[in-house]
Amino acid sequence: MKLNTKHFGEIDIDEKGIIEFDEGIPGFETAKKYVLLGTEDKESPFGWLQSVDMPELAFAIVNPFAIKADYDIEIKDEVMNKLGIKKAEEMLVYSIVVVPEDMTKMSMNLKAPVIINTSNKKGAQVVLDTDTYAVRHYILDELNRQRKDI
Amino acid sequence: MLVLTRKKGQSVIINDNIEITVLEVQGDQVRLGIDAPRDVSIHRKEVFLEIKEENKKAANIGNVLLNDILRKT
Repeated sequence: MKLNTKHFGEIDIDEKGIIEFDEGIPGFETAKKYVLLGTEDKESPFGWLQSVDMPELAFAIVNPFAIKADYDIEIKDEVMNKLGIKKAEEMLVYSIVVVPEDMTKMSMNLKAPVIINTSNKKGAQVVLDTDTYAVRHYILDELNRQRKDI
Repeated sequence: MLVLTRKKGQSVIINDNIEITVLEVQGDQVRLGIDAPRDVSIHRKEVFLEIKEENKKAANIGNVLLNDILRKT
């Protein structure tokens, strides 16, 4: 299936890879189908969540554990049930990234991670029941902190 | 919008299975107790709005190479 995207021009996506977000993503409730796109560097923790219904919409995402090794989250049973996740291996966790004009202030949303079931291709942005993590967690600050820890 | 007046200790029931009780009133602060099925998600509105706003900012991303940003720092 061809998709004319804002960031990557015309791309060919595998329909088998389409992930259904039944409730959309807050702020973009009408866009319900997404595909995961990697960056050119395979080792990179970053990737893209590209909308299929709205080709101009794409979110930069990051593997939060690659930035913050001690990020731990508890996903409630009802979310696990809703997404049909039975084992940890079929679950992917991403944080949506905001890149403002001042790129050093790039942040990730640790309060509301994107959870994806790779087996049944269902996904949702889940608000964690904790005040430990912020909606705007600065990535470069975190990387500097982790460097100090080593 | 339905507007109801409740006193401390009184509740409202929504849909037979959600009960919201006024636990405490102090000045302009109200403490609520909410009993709802586990599949009902309840969040402070500010948090939800904040997440929406953040997603809108995220979607507004220009054409950037994310890896390059990390390499430069």
